[in-house]
Order: sequence, then structure tokens, then C-alpha cells
Amino acid sequence: MKHLKPINQKAARIEAYVAHEAAQAKAEEMDVVGLGGRPPHEENGPHFPLGCSLVFAPGWEVDSQGGTAGLCQPVERDIFDCHLSCFWPAHVPDQLNHAQDWTGKCASAQKDWRKLDLIFP
Amino acid sequence: MTPPVATGALEETGTSPVLALREFHTFGARGARFLYMVPSAGIFRMDDAGCAILDALEAGPLDTDALVDALSDDFDADRILETIEELVEIRAVGHPHAPKEQVPNDLPPADFPLNTMVLNVTNKCNLACTYCYEYGDDKIVDTQYGKQPKFMSDETAEESVEFLLAESKHQPVAHLTFFGGETLLNFPVLQKTVAYARRRAAEEGKRIEFSLTTNATLLKPEIIEWLADNQIGVTISIDGPKQVQDGLRVFHNGKGTYDVVLPKIKDLLAAHRSRPIGARVTLTQKNMDVLQIFRHLTEEVGFWEVGLAPVTTQDKRDYAITPEGKDMMLRQFEELAEEWLECALRDEHHGFSNVRDTIEEIHKGVSKAYGCGAGLGLMGVATDGDVSLCHRFAGSPEHTIGTVTDGVDREKQGRFLVDHHIASKTDCHTCWARPICSGGCYHEAHVQYGTSSHANLHYCTWVRSWTHTCLEIYGTLAEENPTFLERFDA
Repeated sequence: MKHLKPINQKAARIEAYVAHEAAQAKAEEMDVVGLGGRPPHEENGPHFPLGCSLVFAPGWEVDSQGGTAGLCQPVERDIFDCHLSCFWPAHVPDQLNHAQDWTGKCASAQKDWRKLDLIFP
Repeated sequence: MTPPVATGALEETGTSPVLALREFHTFGARGARFLYMVPSAGIFRMDDAGCAILDALEAGPLDTDALVDALSDDFDADRILETIEELVEIRAVGHPHAPKEQVPNDLPPADFPLNTMVLNVTNKCNLACTYCYEYGDDKIVDTQYGKQPKFMSDETAEESVEFLLAESKHQPVAHLTFFGGETLLNFPVLQKTVAYARRRAAEEGKRIEFSLTTNATLLKPEIIEWLADNQIGVTISIDGPKQVQDGLRVFHNGKGTYDVVLPKIKDLLAAHRSRPIGARVTLTQKNMDVLQIFRHLTEEVGFWEVGLAPVTTQDKRDYAITPEGKDMMLRQFEELAEEWLECALRDEHHGFSNVRDTIEEIHKGVSKAYGCGAGLGLMGVATDGDVSLCHRFAGSPEHTIGTVTDGVDREKQGRFLVDHHIASKTDCHTCWARPICSGGCYHEAHVQYGTSSHANLHYCTWVRSWTHTCLEIYGTLAEENPTFLERFDA
């Protein structure tokens, strides 16, 4: 530390810890990567940020282009974005086993979402 | 249903992060400003830019750009940014909504070694001090009609030594303290136990250090010689000059003890040079002339060190210290602490051990999970071999955590450690002095609130004032005589 002076033994340990952490953070693999950048292991390949919290998809106000025409609606957003690509768990029927045709009549979520029926086990 | 949004993003104006003050306690010494970090207990000295940043944030959170603008007349931007970075690193400043530093709720490892065992070799006493917690109105254990024998047997004492050797685990040195009642009433067991412990420790490749507390009434040349030869640390319970001592520390017939103990203590101080001899004073509403007591015990009697502690009792007793009494006591403590500092600046000894003990904790930067080591690194043993939290609880079934023959009841000890952890003392969670105090004494809590796990709330103001005073002394020494503090390294 250049400006603050550690005085007691604990402060010296804190200083040593901070220096150690700083040295660790300099190592590339430890770096936190912002959305604008790529993590080192994806440097030469595609980068796939997942979920609506990682891409700019505000949902209800404007889309990523600033437009308002094709906004997702809350219900469809939950069904077709959250449960497919997001870490946020949206509760949907089991489409692998019991309700494989659940979305069969729903070609376009914005128009057809009312055709998604209830599923009874 | 949408993902939770990181609130941090909402607080930032533009791209510069918003900063606010976090938890610390500020103190000054010789014109310098220091931060006592909570809960880490690290101490950092601020430079001018550090002080300016903290002052600017005093009014509320600011973003970094605004901070740089506000201080640009006095410091260049790089200096401010570097200092901010360091303040963030020591956690003096941070995001306004960053969660408070949590008290880590981890318990000590199961194989935590026993460092000090206090052996109550007798629960009988030849004095009847009015304020005594063991015999007075606040007693926990019925020593007169209770189940415990009046004296510890040779056999129990030897089993206790075995318990200490086993429980001290890999530690090369263990401490054995004899306590009572009046310890010297059971001098035969004392002698045998020390001899036995020395022999057994040597066989185990360990060393045991011995000490005892006595009221000095039974000291005689043979005993003094034995204490000196065996390098036994001695603490004398004494309250001060004749009129003070004779008012509170009396024989069963009410006769004062001063004239009996004074010549014996002088003999002890003259003959026993192998360990420092300390005085331990109990302060009550009826004896609180701290300065007079201290001067008498050091200058006139010749004690190397004097430690003073307020009596443990319920508020309704006439000797309980009133709030005004506590203030008066604190002012006198501060006056003595100032004297201690003057001596420390000249590298001289001063016998006020209360300051020395606190300065040592400040220097090391202790941040305690428990008010003391009771039930963990320190345990008390009753005359029948029951192991309790500490000597003050010896013989109390409610506070027994094992026996010297069967060892520690780990389940009971575990429950005690959970209940008494600073994380369980919500009253303490906003207090800056918690790294040092950690809720205080279990026995004090038991007497005052009926449960040992309660924080010593009746001492909060006292503890904060006293800790602040000691921090200022520490800061002054760090500024003017830092080499003095090296004696607390180790």
C-alpha cells in the first residue's frame, strides 16, 4: 500500500492478503470478463452469453435495437425464453416425456399463446 | 417472472462506481487519524488524501468522479483514485448496498487444545469478603451443603493433571492455575500436584507452568520458599490501603485482614523473584478510589502489576457499582492509562496491567468469536473433578461440560460454543468494539441476566470508552515510540 499505512499485526496481514489477491487477479484465467469481452478460453471461438440477464433484452420497454414492435410479452417470455435459455427456472410441463405436443398448436407465441393448454398428469 | 437484477447497476451514475463508508471506528493520536477496522481489527493510518475522502463521504454516498472533482483542488486525480482503491481493499469504503461484513459463524476445530486449567483445590475460604460471588448472595454453587467435597483429593488432582496433559494435545506448554476458595488451605495437595505434574509433563515431553491466586493470609516462610523454588506465579487478591481492605476483605468474625496480610505480602515480594507478583483488586461502590488503591499497592506495598476489575453482582446489592460510579471509575482508569502511556513513551514499566492487556490485543488485532477462552482453551475443575466452563462456574451442574476422568462431553461443549458465539449475540452486531469485547464475561452475564450467553449490555458504554482510550494510546505509541510495541509481537 502506498498511501494507507498498516499499523498493527492484523493490518499487516490484511496488506499481505490484498497484495496476494492482486497478484492472483493479474493471472488471465482469474480475470472477470465483461459482456463486451471474451473469456480467454473463447478467444478463438464463438462466445455465447446465456440468458436475458447477460444480453441486452429488456423485454418490456424496448428491444435491443430500441424498437417497440416485437417486444416479448411477459407470459411468452417466461415460457419460451426463461425456460429454454435462462438460468431462471420457469415452470413448464415435461415436454420430453408426458407432454411432447404441448406447444404443437402454438406456431407463434405472440399470436397463439392462448392455445397452450393446461396439462394434467 | 424475471431474473433478479443486480441492484448495483441502478446506483451507478454514468460509469463511475458509487462509494459509501463501511464499518470502522476512527481515532486520533498526535494529530494523525487511524481507522480501527470492524470486524477485522486491523489498524490503518490515514494520509491527507485518505482523510479527505472519508470526510467527503461522511455526508453520504458519492460517485468516484464526483469525489475526484470535489477534492481536485488539493490532490491530483491519480492520488485520489489510488487512495480510494486502497480504502476499498481494506473495506473502509465500498458499494452503498454491499452487504455488511458477516461474522463468520464457524466453530473452533474439534481438536482445539486446552491451554489453561484452573484447579479449584478447595471451595472453603478463611475469609468472608462481603462481595464474594462464591459465598455471597450471588453464589451459583452451594459450597456449604452441596455435593462437592470441601477439598480436592490427591487422586482427583492427579487425574486433573492427566486430563490437562491429554487435552493440551500437541501444545508443548500447558498452564495450571490453582484457585479456590482459599488456595493455600489445601497446600499439601498443591505441593504434591506440582511435583506430580512436573514429572508427568517431562515424561510426555511437555512443560507445565504454574500459578495460583491467594488472599495472602496463610503465607508463611516455608510456603513462600516453595513458591519461589517452584517458580509459581502468584496473584494476590487485595483491595488496597487498610481502610479499604478492612472494610470488605474480612475474616468470618468480621475482623479486617490488612494487618495480617501486609507483612506476609512484603515477605513474599522480597523472597519470590522468579515470577512477577501481581495484585488483583475488586472494585465496588464502597471502594473506588482507583488512583489511591493503585498507588498504595505499587508504591507502598511494591507489587509489580496491579489489575482492577469491578465486582460481579446484581444491581440491587449495596456494593454494586452505580452508573455514576462506573463513570468515575472510568475517568480514573483513563488517568492511570495516561500515566502508563507516559512511561511507555520512555520505555519504562508501569504496573497498570489493564492497559497492557488491552494494548496487546489491539497490537495483535484479535477479533474474537468468544468473550474469553472459557469452555475451549480454558476450563475450571471443581473439587470433585467435574470440568466446567471456568473456575467461576466450577461445581455448577448447569455449566459442567465433562469430568477429568471421562473427558469433555463434546456434544455439551459444542452446544455451548454455538450458543455463546458472537454470531449468536445479535445485540453486539452493530457495535464497533465487538472484535475485542465479543459480548464479555459469561459469569457476569449469568449473575446479571440469569444466562451465561447474554451479552454484558450493562458494560457497553464502559467497554467502548475504555477501548477507545486504549486505541488512542496505541496510536500515540505507533507515532512516537513504535519499537515499544514490538514487545507485543510473538
